[in-house]
Amino acid sequence: MVDAGTVQAIEFTINGDKTQATVESRQLLVHFIRDTLGMKGTHVGCDTGSCGACSVIVDGKLVKSCMMLAPQADGAEIETIEGLSRGGELTPVQQAFHEEHGLQCGYCTPGVVMAATFLLRRNPEPTEEEIRRSVRGNICRCTGYVNILRSIEAAAQASRAEVEEAA
Amino acid sequence: MSTAPTETPVETRSTIGQSVPRVEDRRLLQGQGEFVDDVWMHRTGHAHFVRSPHGHARIVSIDVSRALSLDGVYTVLTGEEAKEMCAVPFFQIAPAPAGNLEEWPLAVDKVRYHGDAVAVVLAETRELARDAAELVDVEYEPLPAVVDTVKAADPDAPILHEVVGSNVAWHGTYDWGDIDFALENADHVVEIDRLHFHRFSSTPLECNGAVVHWDPGTNIVSISSNNQMPMFASMVIGPTIGVASNRLTFSSQDIGGAFGIKIGSYPQIAALALLSKKAGRPAKWTEYRTDHMLSAGHGNERTFLDTKVAVQKDGTILGFKTRAFDDAGAYLHYEPLGAVIWSQVSCGCYRLKHLNVDYTETLTNKCPTIPNRGYSRLQHLWLTERIIDIVAHELGFDPVQLRKLNYVQPEDYPYETPNGCVYDSGDLPRSLDIALELIDVEKWRARQRELGHGSGKRIGIGIGSTLDSGTNNFGQARIVNPDLPFSGNGEACFAKLDLYGEVNVNLGTTPQGQGHETTAAQVVADILNMSPDQVQVTAGFNQQQNTYVAFSGTYASQFAVTGLGAAQGAAEKLRAEIIELAAYALQADADQIELADGMCSVRGDAERAIPFIGIANMIYSNNAVLTPEMRDRLSLNCRHVYTPPFQVPDPEKKTGNLTLTYASQIHACVVEVDEETGEVKILDYAAVDDCGKRIHPQIVEGQVHGATALGIGAALYEAFEYDETGQLQQASFYDYHALTALDAPDIKTGEIESPSPFTPNGAKGMGEGGGAPLHAICSAIQDALGPEDAVVYDSHNPWERVWSLVHSGERGEPRGVKVTSK
Repeated sequence: MVDAGTVQAIEFTINGDKTQATVESRQLLVHFIRDTLGMKGTHVGCDTGSCGACSVIVDGKLVKSCMMLAPQADGAEIETIEGLSRGGELTPVQQAFHEEHGLQCGYCTPGVVMAATFLLRRNPEPTEEEIRRSVRGNICRCTGYVNILRSIEAAAQASRAEVEEAA
Repeated sequence: MSTAPTETPVETRSTIGQSVPRVEDRRLLQGQGEFVDDVWMHRTGHAHFVRSPHGHARIVSIDVSRALSLDGVYTVLTGEEAKEMCAVPFFQIAPAPAGNLEEWPLAVDKVRYHGDAVAVVLAETRELARDAAELVDVEYEPLPAVVDTVKAADPDAPILHEVVGSNVAWHGTYDWGDIDFALENADHVVEIDRLHFHRFSSTPLECNGAVVHWDPGTNIVSISSNNQMPMFASMVIGPTIGVASNRLTFSSQDIGGAFGIKIGSYPQIAALALLSKKAGRPAKWTEYRTDHMLSAGHGNERTFLDTKVAVQKDGTILGFKTRAFDDAGAYLHYEPLGAVIWSQVSCGCYRLKHLNVDYTETLTNKCPTIPNRGYSRLQHLWLTERIIDIVAHELGFDPVQLRKLNYVQPEDYPYETPNGCVYDSGDLPRSLDIALELIDVEKWRARQRELGHGSGKRIGIGIGSTLDSGTNNFGQARIVNPDLPFSGNGEACFAKLDLYGEVNVNLGTTPQGQGHETTAAQVVADILNMSPDQVQVTAGFNQQQNTYVAFSGTYASQFAVTGLGAAQGAAEKLRAEIIELAAYALQADADQIELADGMCSVRGDAERAIPFIGIANMIYSNNAVLTPEMRDRLSLNCRHVYTPPFQVPDPEKKTGNLTLTYASQIHACVVEVDEETGEVKILDYAAVDDCGKRIHPQIVEGQVHGATALGIGAALYEAFEYDETGQLQQASFYDYHALTALDAPDIKTGEIESPSPFTPNGAKGMGEGGGAPLHAICSAIQDALGPEDAVVYDSHNPWERVWSLVHSGERGEPRGVKVTSK
């Protein structure tokens, strides 16, 4: 027999906005973000936590939002692709992907950009191996990862240059 | 507006050949793309398909009552009901008897593969639809399954479609030259028992999807989808569901990868149309990954039996003979076109004179195949490359020298193959040299000698020579079915000057990451002598707004020729109208008018100028200033259809010019084979591409990377396998290991540009890549094996298979190859 579970109220912050909602206890966070909040930048590619297209940052941690239930977001701070480039200005990571052709169809891109952003926030000077490992949970079928890795390396360099300039 | 005169002569801009910034990136990087699951309509219901758990079974009964009893379930449509709503089954490309097979939007009476859809549910939410699908009770009576293409052709095999009388979807013999004479008289004959090209898919990261609305008010069926060949889908679906093509409207904006797989979503779209009609509300379907793996279409699997190769003492390969069995799966989606499409590259990269291919297309209890990146050519090119390596291995030739000796040479172009295809241009020996230089082949040969065999690790160096044939002549369909009224090819483009002089362009293509907005803008901008960012190319395709022809879509390596050819033609027509109107307004001769950055001026008299807004004004809001004749003729709305110069092929001889362009890719790779585990590690990898004139080099390189990665994944990790009852063994990314960043090597790229003499811009279509990594990795594994070992017989080489190969000699296993020398 089907058990759709209970319904519960949650409160959370998404891209800086405090929000409340009522969710089915079994709803996946990614479907909540997409279908309920109508934020279409977070994508679904596999339903099994394999592809990383749904990656978001929850309480400072990189999370595959198909691997988390919406009620688990109660009290959380969520950051999605829509929260990165406020005012339409690309972040250094996004700019690097643009310049290095780090995307083709763009479907895996929001998840990859979130993973790269997460890496560079924690580790501004990653090694080649660390860059490779940072996107090991993201599947891309277009680029062969070559330009994704180049983009992250370029973003790291650009961020370092910015820091040096400011110093 | 400014009419400031220019002081200096107008400069001619050109961005062709430059990697201008991609227009598509901004929206995609910010999560602002519009993919099919992002489309919503009022009153939309969510659809979920009920799928067969069996490989082959009779449907005894379907009971939908438990599903319908759930609150929020709108309706359920079964196969039988769907059939009743249809006028005719889906159109078949195959001639009779396979052409008599009946396929409906949902399975009727029988299921023929694991994942075959028997019913579809519409409900308020996607979760509820999935719940309700589980409550549809289907009683099955399992039947014996057939999952091997060679066995399927056996008259005693279980039959999938009784009306066909066997599982043979198509059979024909291709015979060019005189292979029997060549085999009789050759110095050596190399015989290879069995080669097997495995089943896999490019598995686009975005699964299939559609929002279909059968509007009861207008009777228009609107289809937002990510189908990549909507006109083909329209022509198949329309007659079946009884809707005229002018009432079927496809649209898509961003598509999350397709690789040919998304040609195959038309049966589901037809079912959704009927579901929407029955429910009286839009039906939204987003495939789950497991549904995708089970039913969205796989690449073709092919087995080659009894291959015989005629070789001369000096290494000249005269030709070969083989029996090919191709596995189309349970229904014919686009098949049996693959049964002719391979012959675009009948000789691979080589000057073979004699070929005989006995080709059988079979139906099996597996997911229907669909044109996966490199469609039907990569299987044959893999065979050709296996032949070259096995001949080298058996007869002691250097694989590099053997290739160079037999390659079509630079001075041979345009080169006509024995079946009438014309290779347009190229330089294969130089491409190979560049590839070998990129991997530093001498260094690795030394390392290979140093390690030898028995040290635990072996080095293998491999080459994959391949062709990416582009711009099909659809007339080749007549070789599989002479009654088909198809030939030629083409694409349409519409270019206009808008109300205030803005330049707008739309095309019939459905891009999936290939950067059409960017490159079409480059072409049009160059012709109008302005900057690409002054040209607005409509994102995606909308049948009610865009222009198109029946061939429209994005598939089969052709946009650079057909799409950009159309854009060039439309822009030239628009330019001619702008110049005529400017000459009229400025009272000058047309040949005195120059365009620059949206301004028309008289050469040498910069004071006399009119901007594009002024030109637009004369047509849109001030037309009394024109002569009646000009008003009738000029519109600033210019359509052009690019058509390649094809003729209808000869179905009897199975000859003709089947494709306009032949891009080439030569890959070289170095692998390390672990003798103890069979693990294959890629130590170095290079791909050299020649696609003629490159419009946007960065996009070309991106395509090379992508095609290479998919090929590497297929060669080492990715396979769809069925057990003997027809159960798919890899139905998610847990079991189907898509290449990750940890598996992918750094890919070195090189390029040469041999412009095509046959295309409007010198470009050749590219992007499919011809499966070069499969050839190169098999070649490298072969290179790591000893003379007593078996030949590399499969395109898929996971650890256990490589381990068996490495130890096949010492275990006295059959080698699968025989040489007879004079």
